[in-house]
Amino acid sequence: MNIQETYSSLGLSDFEYDRILELMGRAPNYLELSLFSVMWSEHCGYKNSRPLLGRFPNEGPRVLQGPGENAGVVEVGDGWALAFKMESHNHPSAVEPYEGAATGVGGIIRDVLAMGARPVALLNSLRFGPLDDERSRYLFREVVRGIGGYGNAVGVPTVGGEVEFADAYSGNPLVNAMCVGLIRSDEVVRARAEMGEGNLVVLFGSKTGRDGIHGATFASDELTEESEEKRPSVQVGDPFAGKMLVECSLKLLERNLLVSLQDLGAAGIASSASEMAAKGGVGIELDAGKVPLREPGMEPWEIVISESQERMLAVVEPEKAALVLETAERYELVAAVVGRVTGHGEMRVLNGDEVIASIPAEYLADAPTYEREVVRPAYLEEAQRLDLEGIPPPEDYNAALLKMLAHPNLCSRRSVYEQYDHEVGADTVVRPGADAAVVRIKGTKLGFAVATDCRGRHCYLDQRGGGAAAVAEAYRNLSCVGAEPVAITDCLNFGSPEKPDAYYQLAECIEGMAEACEVFGTPVVSGNVSLYNETECGAIYPTPTVGMVGIFEDVSRRATPGFKREGDMVVVLGGVPRGRPEGHPFGGSSYLEIVHGKVAGRPMVPDLAAEKQAADLVRGMIRSGLVDTAQDLSGGGELVALAEMALAGGIGFVFTKEKIERFASDKHHLHRVLLGEKGASFLVTVPWERWDAFQNAIPGEIGWDQAGETGGDRFVVPGLIDLSLDDLRAAHERDLFERHAPEGGHVG
Amino acid sequence: MRVGVTVFPGSNCDRDALYAVERAGAIPVELWHADADLRGADAVVVPGGFSYGDYLRPGAIARFAKVMGPLEEFAKSGGPVLGVCNGFQVLTEAHLLPGALLRNATMRFVCRRVRARVEATDTPWTSLLERGEELALPVAHNEGNYFADERTLRVLEDEGRVVLRYLENPNGSLNDVAGICGPGRNVVGLMPHPERVSDDALGSDAGLRVFESVLRFVGARV
Repeated sequence: MNIQETYSSLGLSDFEYDRILELMGRAPNYLELSLFSVMWSEHCGYKNSRPLLGRFPNEGPRVLQGPGENAGVVEVGDGWALAFKMESHNHPSAVEPYEGAATGVGGIIRDVLAMGARPVALLNSLRFGPLDDERSRYLFREVVRGIGGYGNAVGVPTVGGEVEFADAYSGNPLVNAMCVGLIRSDEVVRARAEMGEGNLVVLFGSKTGRDGIHGATFASDELTEESEEKRPSVQVGDPFAGKMLVECSLKLLERNLLVSLQDLGAAGIASSASEMAAKGGVGIELDAGKVPLREPGMEPWEIVISESQERMLAVVEPEKAALVLETAERYELVAAVVGRVTGHGEMRVLNGDEVIASIPAEYLADAPTYEREVVRPAYLEEAQRLDLEGIPPPEDYNAALLKMLAHPNLCSRRSVYEQYDHEVGADTVVRPGADAAVVRIKGTKLGFAVATDCRGRHCYLDQRGGGAAAVAEAYRNLSCVGAEPVAITDCLNFGSPEKPDAYYQLAECIEGMAEACEVFGTPVVSGNVSLYNETECGAIYPTPTVGMVGIFEDVSRRATPGFKREGDMVVVLGGVPRGRPEGHPFGGSSYLEIVHGKVAGRPMVPDLAAEKQAADLVRGMIRSGLVDTAQDLSGGGELVALAEMALAGGIGFVFTKEKIERFASDKHHLHRVLLGEKGASFLVTVPWERWDAFQNAIPGEIGWDQAGETGGDRFVVPGLIDLSLDDLRAAHERDLFERHAPEGGHVG
Repeated sequence: MRVGVTVFPGSNCDRDALYAVERAGAIPVELWHADADLRGADAVVVPGGFSYGDYLRPGAIARFAKVMGPLEEFAKSGGPVLGVCNGFQVLTEAHLLPGALLRNATMRFVCRRVRARVEATDTPWTSLLERGEELALPVAHNEGNYFADERTLRVLEDEGRVVLRYLENPNGSLNDVAGICGPGRNVVGLMPHPERVSDDALGSDAGLRVFESVLRFVGARV
C-alpha cells in the first residue's frame, strides 16, 4: 500500500494529510497517522459540524457544565445535579445489531460515570426500515435485545425512548442511547481538571483486546455492501464488567482517590489520553507495554486505539496509586499504571523505552473544520407541493382510526419496553408509556422527567421547522407530566455533509433547534453528531434527536395521560393564533402517511411563543393540582391522542356532539380538527368540581375548546366513530415483533 | 433487628432491597460475597440482578461464593432467607429450594406488573399477607419459568409450599408458580420483586409487608 492508500484507508483526505505534514514538519508513522485518523474523524473531531454547533445556546441559570465534557450537568436543587448525554451507535448497529446497541448503552453509561455521577436512567431513540422487510425486522429485534441485554444486567432502568419505522432508514438504522446520572453538585468530576505533572495514568476495567480497531473511522463513513466486512470493527459488550466498572469508579471517587476520570470510547486509550492532555494543557506518556492484554502478540498501535469496552482512564496522584489498584481488584477488575502526566505537552506512546509515537496533543485535538455553502435542496419544492385542503376525509372514520392506532409508528410500544427493566433502582415514578418518564430522587421531594423526541419526516419536509418542532415536542412532553424543562442533549443524525442536501439539512435543523432552545430557555449542554448515515439507496431523513430533561420540586405533583375518572370534561387547550403560522396540519402528518400513503406537504411551522405559553399553562395547572391527566397533541392528531388516553385509563370517551354539529357544514374543517397536527396543543381532563377553577385559570389569550367527556367503555364521535375499547386495544396493543408484521412506514 | 442483603458481583437490586429493609424498620446490613460472614443478621435477603453476569446459568456461580457457606448453615438451622428473582435462582442452584428457573416461554425478557395470589402465609416472609389476597407485583426477568419434576411439584402442592401463584403467568411457569418455600418454610424464593413496591411514592407498598413479616417473625422468635 502506498502512503495515499494508507491514509485514505484510515479515512483521511489529501488535504488532511497535507495539514498533518505541515503541523508535524515530517511524515508521520503508521501509529501517528492512526491517532490523527481517529482524533480527526467526525465522531471525535466534529470537523463538519463544529462551525454549525456554535449556534446552540449553551448557558442557563441551572447549567453547571455545558458541552465539551463527557456529559452536560444541570442543577436540580438541594445540592443535587443531573449529568446527561445522548450518543449514537448507528453504524455498529447496522452491521452487528445486538452488540452495536449493547455497546452503545455501555458507552453512554460510562460518559455519565466519567462526570462522577451514578447512572440512574437510560433512554433510547430508534429508527428502522419498515417492518415488512425481513432485514429491518432482524435489526429491530436484535437492537432491542441488545439494549435490554446490556441495560437490564448493568442495573440502570431503561425508562423511555421512542421508535419509528420508515423506508429512509432501511439499511441504516439509528440507535441513539441517552443516559442520565445523579450527582451532588459539588462533586462533579471534570476531565480537564488540573492534572499535575508527575501524576500517574491508570487504566482500569476489562483487558484490552483486538476488538473495535478503527471503529471511530468506520462510524464516520457511509455504509456500503463492504460494511458487513467491518463486523470485526464492532466491539463486544460485557454488561457484567460494565456494572463492576460503575461500582468501582463510584467507590474510587467516594474515597477521593482520583484527580480526573475519563471513559474510553472511540479510539480507545489514544483518544482519551489525547483529550485529557489537550484539555489539561499537559503531556501524557503512555506505555503500550504496560496495558493488560486479552491476547498476546498485539501491536502497540493496536493496543492504544483498541476500543475494547468497559475501561476507564484515571489520573491519580502517585501515593494513591496502590489504593486505586487494590480497589479495582476488589471489584474483580484489571488495573495498571500505564503512563504519566508530563510537562512536554505531547501525546507520546512508548513501547518500553522506545518512543513509537509523539505528537503535540493540541494538534490532535485540533481537527480541521469545514464550512460549506448552504444550498436549498431541489427536492423540497416538489415534496412540499401538495394540495392538502384537497385531501378527502376518510369515508369510514372507524377504519381510519383503527388503521392509525395499529400502525407501527403509532401503536403501543409495550412489546418493546417490556423487554427493558424499567424499575430497577426503585425510583421510577412514571413508567414507560406516558409522554415522559418520571424518576424521583430518593430521600427528597425532588424528581426529574426525561423524554427523547425527533420528527424525521418533518425535518425532511421542512428542516428549520422540524428542528424547532422536535424541541417543542420534548418541551410539551415534559410539561404535560408536570416537569419544568431545563436543558437538552442531542444526537444529530444526518447524511454525508459532503453532499449539499445533507449539509443544508444539518445547518437548517440546527438553526431551528437553536431558535426553539432560546425561546424555551433550554440550552444544549451535551450532544453527539452522527453524519454519513447513507447507504446505496440514499441518505436517511434528517433526524436530530432531542433528549430533554426537566425537574420537579415536588414529584408527587404530576400528571399522566390515562383517563382517571368517569364524567371528567376533556378539553383541548392551546393552539396557534388563526392565520399566523405557515404550513398545514396535514403536512408531513402521521395521518397523511398512514391513511393516504404520502410523506409530503409543508408541516405547520411551530409557533414557539404559543408553544411555550400553552405548555407553561398546563404545567402550572398540574402543579397547582387542577389537572392530573394530560397529554400533548402530536402524531395522529386529536383523535389518536384521545384514543390513547382512553386506552391508558381503561375508560371510554364521548366526543361533544355540539362541536360536530358546529362543523357540520364544513367537512374539511372537522377533518383537520380531528386528524391534523396543529402544534402547541394539549388535551387535559377536568372533574366537574374543578371546572370553574379551571376556566378561571386560563388567560384570555389562550384558546380552549371542549372535546368531550370521559365515561363508559366505548370511544364515540357522534356520527363518525363508535368503537369499543376492546376494539381499540386489539389494534393498538399489537406485538411489534410478531412474525408477519403488517405494513410499515411509507414514503409517498 | 438486622436484615442482611448479599452483594454478589453483578447484583443490581441489592440497594433496592437494603432500602426496603430500612423502610420496614430494620437495620440493613450489606453482606459482601467474598466474606464468609453474615454479620449477625437475623434474616437474609438474596437480591435480584445478574450475579456473575448470569454467565454459565443464572445463579450457578454465585452459589460458590464465600458468603454462601454461612448462609446455607443459617438456612438449614431455620434462619429466614428470601431469594428474589436472581436470588431465587441462586437458592435453587444451592439446593436450598427445589426445581429450576428456565428461560421464559416467550424467549424474551419481561418487565411488567402481574397479578398474583398469596397461597401460603405460614412462612416468615408472608405472615402479614392474607391468604387468597391478590397483589399486583413487578416482575423483571429472562429466566423465571419455574420447572420441577412431577413428583416435586406434587410435594410442593401437597405441602402447601407454593407461596405465590400468578394469575397472569408471564413466563410459562408450571402450575403458575411465582414463589415457593423450602421444606422448613423458612427459605422462600419469589420471582416478583417485593422491594420495588415497598414505597407509596412508587404507586404501591404491597411488598413492604413481606419485609415487615420477617421483622415480626424474628421479633416473635427472640
